[in-house]
Amino acid sequence: MRAMVYRGPYKIRVEEKPKPRVEHPNDAIIRVVMGAVCGSDLHLYHGMMPDTRVGTTFGHEFIGVVDEVGPSVQNLKPGDRVMVPFNVFCGSCYFCARGLYGNCHNVNANATAAGGMYGYSHTAGGYDGGQAEYVRVPFADVGPMVIPDWLDDEDAVMLTDALPTGYFGAQLGSIAEGDAVVVLGAGPVGLFAARSAWLMGAGRVIVVDHLDYRLEMARTFAHAETVNFAEHDDVVVHLKRTTDHLGADVVIDAVGAEADGNFLQHVTAAKLKLQGGSPIALNWAIDAVRKGGTVSVMGAYGPMFSAVKFGDAFNKGLTLRMNQCPVRRQWPRLLEHIQAGHFKPNDIVTHRIPLEHVGEAYHLFSAKLDNIVKPLIVMDPA
Amino acid sequence: MRKDSDVPYTADAPQRPSAEELRARIPGWGADLDPADRPSVPREQFLPTGAHWTLPEDQRPQPGQAERERSIEHGRLTPVYGTSVPLRGLSGVIRRHAYRRYSEARAAHWLLLLGADRVDAVESHLASLLTTRPDNPITQTGIQSELGQGPLRSRFGQHRADSSHHVIDPVLIAGPWVLAGGAAYGALKLLRRRAADRR
Repeated sequence: MRAMVYRGPYKIRVEEKPKPRVEHPNDAIIRVVMGAVCGSDLHLYHGMMPDTRVGTTFGHEFIGVVDEVGPSVQNLKPGDRVMVPFNVFCGSCYFCARGLYGNCHNVNANATAAGGMYGYSHTAGGYDGGQAEYVRVPFADVGPMVIPDWLDDEDAVMLTDALPTGYFGAQLGSIAEGDAVVVLGAGPVGLFAARSAWLMGAGRVIVVDHLDYRLEMARTFAHAETVNFAEHDDVVVHLKRTTDHLGADVVIDAVGAEADGNFLQHVTAAKLKLQGGSPIALNWAIDAVRKGGTVSVMGAYGPMFSAVKFGDAFNKGLTLRMNQCPVRRQWPRLLEHIQAGHFKPNDIVTHRIPLEHVGEAYHLFSAKLDNIVKPLIVMDPA
Repeated sequence: MRKDSDVPYTADAPQRPSAEELRARIPGWGADLDPADRPSVPREQFLPTGAHWTLPEDQRPQPGQAERERSIEHGRLTPVYGTSVPLRGLSGVIRRHAYRRYSEARAAHWLLLLGADRVDAVESHLASLLTTRPDNPITQTGIQSELGQGPLRSRFGQHRADSSHHVIDPVLIAGPWVLAGGAAYGALKLLRRRAADRR
């Protein structure tokens, strides 16, 4: 089969790989119809995530058609059109039993700190991802769901990670009616988090980024006020001024490990890999939120240490909430929102790129060229 | 915006638009207003998952597969695991040592894994030179996608997201090649010197 393959930092190509096989009785093999590149894939692409092996296929956002099922699979059959959450999870361990699907204990031999994820290095379990013609999906009776007939393919792809993660980020903010919510980052997760904050009753939503085209989408898609941090000597002071000098009630970090805004922090983390992630956005969140407020972290960070301003978080009495989103828990309500016309997830899709050009998709996305917000990987019809 | 001197440091909450105004302006405003009625509240809850096992069966090892590395913080090999790229070569030796010797709590664990990633890149580049499809550092970076995007123009006088890091990018991209080339040159020199000494 054709698959995207990692060849080292900043280098990927498409090559022939053996088609995945059923390795466990509850596996399914999915023929991928459509995938996406996620902002967190860029951390892998840039060589930031420990134990990312040359030869790995990335991609944790994909939908497809069931090609083959293992002998114990009961809920899916070949030919079913399914969406697959980015979490690999067993459904029965201590954590899955309590709904913490992003923290499954039975699927990641490499690390206890992380659950399993498709195409996200061996630190996340060593599973190949869906930027390929076929992908192995463990626990087919637990993770995937048959896509409702009324749901478009592109909207379904958004439901595998970006939309549930943004929605989850807003929930972790414990937003109350009238709250001022600041979202750091106007990428896909930030846009969905901002849009979700209104569903939860926010009184103001302010999105911070340094790319004007993304801030424009924050205004149109997410109905948000916007701040370009490159236009301010100190964006925290500006955010304080615009929130009555109290600070925001809730700040959502939708940036993560490769935050810009401080050259030294960015280079030591994103380039030299001396930190688990550049803590700029997280530190701005701690500074910009009001005392007693909540910081919700959706940005992905690596397992190494980062220089986080913990003393300020302590002195301000903050609540810090974070996790990998348990995607399946979000689906029923998100499907209701989409059906009710509250938003159209694929409004943020800007690029549809064939698998053979996946290298160009990564470069465009990494360099933020061509006003890219969300690139989809489109498979040739079989 | 008000002047700083006008800001009242009082108990009053800041003014916000009314629910009616927001509902009129934003589709779906307040649909999830009740904090208790959100999918992730409470955080931990017992929900049906579709699992029809209390403990999953163990995955069948691949034929010829070596012992699967695992974190020493796990009490056992997980019943299911990824088989994307088994350990191999010098990078595999370093990775296996990182897993066997250091827990996830130790920086050495992660630094060894990151170091092994760099070794893996060099090993793989060198190995690719012996195949019919050697690595192509130009096409694999996707740089050709910049055609039509003003590859030079965008780097000067515009706010391009990655422009501040361009100084270090060539080092990261070319570094492994330069190091591998240097190592190969050094090894050849050493062999020639030894051959000369023997003569």
